[in-house]
Amino acid sequence: MNGSLNQLQMRTITYRQALNEALDEELARDPNVFLMGEEVAEYNGAYKISQGLWQKYGAKRVIDAPISETGFAGLGIGAAMVGLRPVIEFMTFSFSLVAFDQVVNNAPNMLTMSGGQFNVPVTFRGPNGPAHMLGATHSHATECLFANFPGLKICTPATPRDAKGLLKTAIRDKNPVLVLECELLYASKGEVEPLETDLLIPLGEAEVKREGSDVTIICYAQTVPMALAAAKKLQDEGINAEVLDLRSIKPLDLNAILTSVSKTHRVVIAEQDRPFCGIGSEICYQIQRDIFDELDAPIGRVSQEEVPMPYNERLEAAVLPNEQKIIAAVKEVCG
Amino acid sequence: MDNQETLELKLLSDMLVIRRFEERASQQYQMQKIGGFCHLYIGQEAVVVGAVAATRHDDYLITAYRDHGHALARGTSPNACMAELFGKATGCSKGLGGSMHYFDKENNMVGGHAIVGGHVPLAVGMAFAAQYRGEDRVTLCFFGDGAINQGAFHEALNLASLWKLRVIFICENNQFAMGTRVNRSTGLRELFHRADGYDMTTMQIDGMDVRKVKEDLGKVVEIIRKEPQPYFIEARTYRYRGHSMSDPATYRTKDELEEYKGQDPIEQLRAMLVAEKKLTTEQFEEMDERAKRLANESVKFADESPEPPLEALYDYTFVK
Repeated sequence: MNGSLNQLQMRTITYRQALNEALDEELARDPNVFLMGEEVAEYNGAYKISQGLWQKYGAKRVIDAPISETGFAGLGIGAAMVGLRPVIEFMTFSFSLVAFDQVVNNAPNMLTMSGGQFNVPVTFRGPNGPAHMLGATHSHATECLFANFPGLKICTPATPRDAKGLLKTAIRDKNPVLVLECELLYASKGEVEPLETDLLIPLGEAEVKREGSDVTIICYAQTVPMALAAAKKLQDEGINAEVLDLRSIKPLDLNAILTSVSKTHRVVIAEQDRPFCGIGSEICYQIQRDIFDELDAPIGRVSQEEVPMPYNERLEAAVLPNEQKIIAAVKEVCG
Repeated sequence: MDNQETLELKLLSDMLVIRRFEERASQQYQMQKIGGFCHLYIGQEAVVVGAVAATRHDDYLITAYRDHGHALARGTSPNACMAELFGKATGCSKGLGGSMHYFDKENNMVGGHAIVGGHVPLAVGMAFAAQYRGEDRVTLCFFGDGAINQGAFHEALNLASLWKLRVIFICENNQFAMGTRVNRSTGLRELFHRADGYDMTTMQIDGMDVRKVKEDLGKVVEIIRKEPQPYFIEARTYRYRGHSMSDPATYRTKDELEEYKGQDPIEQLRAMLVAEKKLTTEQFEEMDERAKRLANESVKFADESPEPPLEALYDYTFVK
């Protein structure tokens, strides 16, 4: 973070509150912005992200949709094509799979198919990735699926500040953007600029969350706090880890990755999705393609295990990435 | 000539332009000037021409992949339409969309969409946007009989009904989803009943009679401009050609095809206008010559047009 932030009166708020502020500010700023999704209005959001917004902006701007993901995702795309700025909430991105055709076939293709005539400024947002004991159907980390479709931008905030700044930027973007939030981080706290600051964080800019010199831990979303905790423990063992939070999956900040890896020469990628065709596999390829000679060890990787998510708590924990697995991977590449 | 007569001559002329355009497109496809799929609308022209004549230019129009007629009826030039088939930079989608993805923003033609049923929620979004902005625009959403068994279709109808949006869902029932006759795909004897479950007013119309289509749609448009609500219309029609270009259409008899050709929308209107002494044979021939000339010119235009530049390959993934 840059020095000028210290002069501002930073506030400590939750990730949930940060998202709520982002929605509130953008609804207030632009009359074309509306929020639609299941339970977003009268119920105040399944995870209370939209708390108070229906009361404040009314049923025209904050709209409860029936359980019809294909229907309301498509509605958002159609409305965006003719000039509105829809924010479509998926109660979880596991449910976005029901609307997959709309999200991957309609939203990102329209600009090309129309020869540049129709852009689609829609934002799809909601929790993504495993939470806690939700079982196989409700625990999908979808970033690797959507990342395979040109025309979609994808961001994965890990802190309240990033959540607010990225969501506001996403809503203003002229293209379809997926804001993949983390249910497990909704209650987490962090420093965010005062309300009068119009906090916009560009898509496609990674951030060094912790500086280090011995190894780069590349992470995003849920794996950021794990990587930071791991780095702290590794410090005690004499390993100084740099933690690089991607913040956006697409566009990918390759420069930030290459800069960090060229400094540390060792890499562990901690991703919340599955290993096969996961985000980590693409990053591995890009690193070895561009700076193969900078690497002092094979790239380490922590992902989910390659199984449908079990319900049982102990088994679920065994499937997920965690601090211990990251520490073990770092020790291996630094060994 | 009064205004009504001029309008009816325009209906005839518009149908002829579509017919002659597609005949030339078919020929160009055989000559391998056109790639991919090419779904012809021949036989169904009255549906879109009548519907467009009943609406305003600022009303939105969206359709499925059999979309050449819809763009032409909306005012997209035959040149831009043929160039699109040829994949040229001068096409209505700059050669990036192809036969199934015609777009023309200026004419509020919001696409040709190629996933069956996938565009129906988009139509609801456009109607939602109109309502959100307090406009009385209507959205015309066309699709085939094959779309009515898709989930996206049902979800969209429910939303339109729930929020009383100004969408006219127009099912162009040409009786075949590709090679599957309606009675092998749909558990309904009459397709317009499909919308009963959404408490929507429905109507079955003769899609071979352009006057009737225009008249019936005109009534619906008048009603829903006053009182926002969706409508579901089943237009009974028939396509003369196969599903796409490689389909010999063995799933139907020659007699059946001939029976429908006997109700040909262009021939019907021509005969009526001649009988009513609103059109002479010479005038008709002139009109037809013009349509053929436009089609021929569109081929020449497409042939001579440049390819989209390779350097622009990455220019349309995102807008700045």
